[in-house]
Amino acid sequence: MSSEEYPLTDLLITGTEINYLFICPTKLWYFAKGITMEQESDWVDLGRFLHEQRYANEEKEVLVGSIKIDFIRRGDVIEVHEVKLGKSMEKAHEMQALYYLYYLKKLGIKAKAILHYPKLNETKEVTLDGREGEIEKAIKEVERIKSLPKPPNPVKSKKCLKCAYYELCWV
Amino acid sequence: MRKRSLTLLSDGTLFRRENTLYFENERGRKPLAVEGIYDLYIYGHVTITSQALHYLAQKGIAVHFFNHYGHYDGSFYPRESLNSGELVIRQAEHYLDREKRLKLAKLFVTGSALNMKKNLKRWKVADGFSEMLKELFEELEGAEKITEVMNVEARIREAYYSRWDGHLPEGFKIVKRTRRPPGNEMNALISFLNSRLYATIVSELYNTQLVPTVSYLHEPGERRFSLALDLSEIFKPIVADRLATRLVTKRTLSKEHFREELNGVLLTKEGMKKVLSEYEKELTKSVKHPELKRNVTKKRLIRLEAYKLIKHLVGVKEYEPLVAWF
Repeated sequence: MSSEEYPLTDLLITGTEINYLFICPTKLWYFAKGITMEQESDWVDLGRFLHEQRYANEEKEVLVGSIKIDFIRRGDVIEVHEVKLGKSMEKAHEMQALYYLYYLKKLGIKAKAILHYPKLNETKEVTLDGREGEIEKAIKEVERIKSLPKPPNPVKSKKCLKCAYYELCWV
Repeated sequence: MRKRSLTLLSDGTLFRRENTLYFENERGRKPLAVEGIYDLYIYGHVTITSQALHYLAQKGIAVHFFNHYGHYDGSFYPRESLNSGELVIRQAEHYLDREKRLKLAKLFVTGSALNMKKNLKRWKVADGFSEMLKELFEELEGAEKITEVMNVEARIREAYYSRWDGHLPEGFKIVKRTRRPPGNEMNALISFLNSRLYATIVSELYNTQLVPTVSYLHEPGERRFSLALDLSEIFKPIVADRLATRLVTKRTLSKEHFREELNGVLLTKEGMKKVLSEYEKELTKSVKHPELKRNVTKKRLIRLEAYKLIKHLVGVKEYEPLVAWF
């Protein structure tokens, strides 16, 4: 698959959608259809609070087309910063960051991404090089799931217990 | 933090100063922690400033107003923040498609009837009700129009009321269900609780993506939030009727908690206070949910019913109305 496959105008998905793909396709479908539960989640509130308090002086919530970056720093290259609570969804966080880098590359912007785990006092750097295929596959999968007439069947796992969609899925 | 419903029974003024909401009357000024408020129920004569309303809207808090008699007047329903075009379309589709609408309407009636049956059994006055339901359910199954569904529903309800009376103490019999105005104490109590329950359901719907005006058993727009009326069929027996019964059999309420007026028999302020405090207690009681394997409050069961409806509408799982297991 060449990285020319997705012209920028077709990239209408959000970072959250890429993130949710790697957490749970059911959640992704509901979320993408506007059936959202985030307002019910104490974790989401906590995340928002952390983001607002700890990174108060950063250039925050930078909107570029369909993506919204937690904050950026401008140096030799643009740094994309994403703040997360815990590492249990690390893969999802990484793919979200990769998507931002992929998106920016399409705009001709060279960037690197840094994931922040303020509660763990850790950061992690993510770079795109050579991983275009991986992200293109993910984009395709998000689009496939969003086009389904109904959500994929949920699979019960440990992560369901903290998920804001728990009741919706399992009632 | 779990947000709570707040009821204002006394008279006063509700206003905002800086980022705090205050309720003030001759007894003093009381700050209300806005982050902890889920919704607001106003029974007293309350003056409310537009600044307070702006603030409540911003926080997504619905405000329900009841008049002097405890009847529901209307809601301040803040701008919707949860929207799903997909769901709106599915809701409309299930209304426009006759078969789909009938199916949902029948499910609401079935759920309601099974909850009534459960109550009568509990109160040990169920004689002949099951047999009668069997016949009426057959008729319900064959119904091809909403009016026929409504008709069956009315007959089930009538059979239910006549038996329910067998469990109620003297002086608190329903005899005949009268609404506007309620003709006796029990009718007044049932109407009062039903109004409160209706508003509770409106609040729950506000916190989902469901459009509250598109309904199936009741005609959309018959009253403003007709989907809340649909759902209240399920919850009236297990919330309002049970509570009403308990209040009079345990003698929490007595004749002196009612007064007679031109507008029929009504609860006194003291009576309302008792009822509302018991109602609040009842809704925050929790039961173990067999599917979720978690404790959920009775109030949360309303939200779960909304979720089940959403799943039905998007085609995930057919709606099965809540039948009390508790």
